[in-house]
Parts: sequence; C-alpha cells; structure tokens
Amino acid sequence: MYTFFQTLVAGFLIGGIYALVGIGMTLIMGVMKIINLAHGQLMMVSMYLTYVLFTQFNIDPYVALIITMPALFLLGLFIQKYFLNPLLRVESILPENQVLMTVGIGMVLTEIMRFIFRSDYKSVKTSYSMSAIYLKGLSINLPMLIAFGIALVLTIALFWFLLKTDLGKSIRATAQNKEAAVLLGVNAEWITILTYGIGAGLVAAAGSLLLPIYYLFPDIGGPFTLKAFVITMLGGMGSTVGAIVGGVVLGIAESLGSTYVSMALRDTVAMVIFILVLIFLPGGLKKITKI
Amino acid sequence: MNRKKALLALILALLLLPFIVTSDYYRHVFILSLIWVIIGSSWNLLSGYAGQVSFGHAIFFGTGAYTAGLCVTKLHISAWWGMLFAGPVTMIVGFIIGWICFRLRGPYFALATIAFGEIFLQVAKVWKSLTGGMLGILIIQSFRSKIPYYYIGLCLAILCVAVVYKVVNSKWGYYFVAIREDQDAAEAIGVSAFRYKTIAIIISSFFTGLAGAFYMNYMAFIDPQVVFSLHYISIMAILVSIIGGVGTIWGPPLGAFIMVWLQETFRSSIFGLAPRWVSEAHVLAFGILVIIVIRYLPNGIIGDWHKIANFFSRKPSLVSQEKS
Repeated sequence: MYTFFQTLVAGFLIGGIYALVGIGMTLIMGVMKIINLAHGQLMMVSMYLTYVLFTQFNIDPYVALIITMPALFLLGLFIQKYFLNPLLRVESILPENQVLMTVGIGMVLTEIMRFIFRSDYKSVKTSYSMSAIYLKGLSINLPMLIAFGIALVLTIALFWFLLKTDLGKSIRATAQNKEAAVLLGVNAEWITILTYGIGAGLVAAAGSLLLPIYYLFPDIGGPFTLKAFVITMLGGMGSTVGAIVGGVVLGIAESLGSTYVSMALRDTVAMVIFILVLIFLPGGLKKITKI
Repeated sequence: MNRKKALLALILALLLLPFIVTSDYYRHVFILSLIWVIIGSSWNLLSGYAGQVSFGHAIFFGTGAYTAGLCVTKLHISAWWGMLFAGPVTMIVGFIIGWICFRLRGPYFALATIAFGEIFLQVAKVWKSLTGGMLGILIIQSFRSKIPYYYIGLCLAILCVAVVYKVVNSKWGYYFVAIREDQDAAEAIGVSAFRYKTIAIIISSFFTGLAGAFYMNYMAFIDPQVVFSLHYISIMAILVSIIGGVGTIWGPPLGAFIMVWLQETFRSSIFGLAPRWVSEAHVLAFGILVIIVIRYLPNGIIGDWHKIANFFSRKPSLVSQEKS
C-alpha cells in the first residue's frame, strides 16, 4: 500500500510538469489545427539554455525561467512568422505540410544543440536536487514539488490571460471559429504567431523546471513531443483544462506502469493510453467535461 | 514514345551501372538508394495518393527486417526466406494498423501511426527472448560481392515502382486520389474510403516489408533502434517523397537518390575533402534542406518542376503571380 501511494504522489507531481508541456501543445493545436512536432525540441532548447545559465552564470534553474520563457517566446514568434505561416499561402498536395515543417525545425534545433554541446548526457546538480520532505512516511521530492508549484502558478496565469484579457479572448475565439473571428476583426495571423510564442514559452518553463530532476541530451525532445501529444489527445484538442487533467493522468499512469509492470515499458504505457483514447474516446476528456 | 525511350535508357543504365562503378563504397550507396526507392514509393502510395500521411513506416520496415532475421535465429533457415515471409507478415501488420487507425483522419491518423511506431520499437527492445533486445540480430552475409545485392535490390525497386504505377493508373488509384481530396465527397458517391485505404496500406506495407527483409540480408545486422526508428526510417521515408514530389510516380525514386547521396556526402565529409565537422552536421544539413524544400517547393522537385524551370529561365511565372 505504501508503494502504491508513493507511486501515486510521484506520478502526480511529474504530471504537473507534463501538464505544462501539454498546455502549450493544446493551445497551438487548438488555434492552428496542426500538430507541432517540434514541441519537445523547443523544451530541449530551453533546457540547454537553463544549463548554460546555471554552469556559466550560476543562475538557479528556477530563476532562469525569467530568461528562458521570453527567449523561447521570441523563438516561437520567429518560427511561426517566418516558417509556418508562409506555408498557408502556398498550395500543396498534402495538407500536412506545416506538420512536416515542424519536423524539419525539430531536427534543426536538435542538431544545432548536438553540434554545440555534443551528445553527452548532462545534468545540473543543485544543492536541493536530492532533498525530499516527508509527509506521514511518504517522501516528496523537493524539486518536483517546487516545479509543481511553479507549474500551477503559470497555469493559473495562463487562465487569467485567456479568460480576462482581450488578446486571450481573441485566441479563444480563433480557436473556436477562425472565419468568424476574422470577420469580427481579429488579426488571425498575429494570433497564430502569438499562440505559437506562448506555447513555446510554456514548454520552456517546463524545460527549466525539469532540468534539476532530469538529465539532458540533444535527443530528449522526441519523447516529450510524444508525451505532449498523448496529453493533448487525452484532454481533447484545444482544451486547456483537459491538458491539465491529461498531464496528471499521464504522469500517474507512467508511474504506476513503471512500478507495477516494467521500468523498461514506461514510455509504452503512454502510447497504449494514447491509442486507446484515439479509438474509444476520440474527442478526449473534452467530450465528457465539455470544457 | 519519348518517355518510353527515356525509361528504357534509365533501366539499361541502372543494369550496366555495377560494371561502370567498381568501388564497393559507391555500389553500397547505390544499393541503399534502391532500398529507399522502394520505401519512398510505397510511402507515397499510401500518403501521397491516398492522403493518409503515415509517420509509421518504420513499423513495416522493421517487421520485414525482423521477419528475415528471425528466420535465421529461430527457424535456422536462410534470411532470404524472409523475403518470402516478410511480404505477407507485414501485410497483416499493415491491415491491423489500418483497421485501427483509419477511423481517424488527418493529423490524428499521423499521430496514431507515430504511437504505433513507438510501441513496436519498445516491444522490440524489451522482448529479448524473441528479438534479442538491444543487441539486435547478426547474420552471415550470403555474398561477398555487392553485385548480387545490387541486382536483387534493382529488381525489387523496379517491381515496386511498376506496381505503384499500375495501381495509380487503375480504378483504385483514382479512388485513392478522390479520398485524398475529399473523403466525404468520395464516400457520398459510393467509394468505400475504408476499403480503399486498406488496399493502399496493404500494398504499401508489403513493399516496405520486402525492403526491410532485403535490408536484413544485405546489412546482415539489425537492431531495434535502427529499423524501428522514427527518425531514420519513418521520417526519412516522408522526406524522400517530399523532396522528390508527393503524389508523383517519379518523385520518390528521385528523392531517394538525392537524399541518400546527400546524406552520404555529408556523412563522409564530402568524401573526405572537407573538415571532419561537416560529417557531424549531416543531420543538420538534412533538416535545413527539408525546411527549404517545404518552404519553397512544397510539391517537391517533380511536382514544382515548373517553378525551378522558371527560376532558371528568369521568366516571371504566371502561376506564382496569381498566387501572390
């Protein structure tokens, strides 16, 4: 029983960070209707940025958030404006051209990082990396708890932005019905650029928060891109609430899977959930909760 | 008539090639190119013509390769038997994956194929008693010379392109394109989207599986990280077609030669002429090429040939004027 609760707690905490990865993806998918296959790679860039800030300038990963988020936000704006949006204007046979473009961007980002930092595994050792607090015998990893807290704050901030500000409302309107939003005076092109930027910023935050817990190497992006899909599909495309639930569900499922089934099959758990959701609940949790 | 002559000349040139190219290294690159012609053409049939963008062709390639490998390690027969078994086995796998995934559309289908690809990769890694896990399968090559492999690969490639050509120009091919352009409209006029997508995936997986089995025979070594790789196989299959031209017969074969030769050029640091760091950047160069091609030639070299021709003749293109 103790193992079970311990697994649950660990899964829940990592789920908070997964949610942050997933929210960025679901925003981008909701507004642009494309899969962003460079999502995990953006996170990887943010992790390397955090790593450099820590090793070169001794900036704590949590403080580095203030730098990585705007940096990746700008990178996101750039990618959307100069690489993805122009594709809307050219005709092609496959509608998935934008998706394939994100594949190319992901490859380029990974390889640039490999070129600079080599393929070695890196990790950041902070004074609190291994510390834990104990609650009735359950150990809670401190960096994970902090990360969870920051992820929570960022999520609430995003909700406030989406619900209360004009820009946020425009984003939601574009996601619901692009044509109608354009007719009502929303600059849809700018909204897609902004959304990609915000998505990149959020996943950058996840990267900085994960660095004290995870190790880092150039190919780490791929698995996280896959995780981001699973979360997005689980929650329902474009649903931010769904992404949070999806992130936590995925975190817990992975934890349970690696404890009770096999450590080696940890990543397979996510894929199996994903296919089950696609087959049996195609709209994701959004279909049930209607949010 | 002119086209037929060109085709005959091309086949003749390919038949005579191993006598002109005597270096084993270049022969090796040609064999790899032929393998990619098969994978690219079969990807193109499913995705370029039927419009079901698959990110999971590594599933079929890997299944084919493992079928051939397991013939040696489990059945103790030559891996060439794998060529016989690989087709049917991957067809069944393709059918099952199609049966599950074809209820999904567009990006959802693409995502499901990625997920299946990952599952196959993980299972191949973990199921040590069957696949040998991360150690992979090592067999003994049947021929020391590259020439037999070259001709077998060439036969497979010609067979594959010919079948794709036949299928695309038959009733099926028109149904495929109808489904790609508008699935609802196609169903409204009585085309069973599910049935024709299934036909497409079965043919596509059959040839990819054959390519996998041939790869096993030729390389004599496989491991899950390579044959089930999302990057090295699935995405490369897409890129080969994208570069050459999606939805054209000759696009993928052209793309295959371009991509393989480009990859080898960079991997060997422009055949040893450039400094070593060039070889480290070979995937980077690849990625940049993808970005450029999708940005400027979204229909590939064959599909957007008029753009390239216009660019060099410096005449303003009517088509591009209309679009801008």
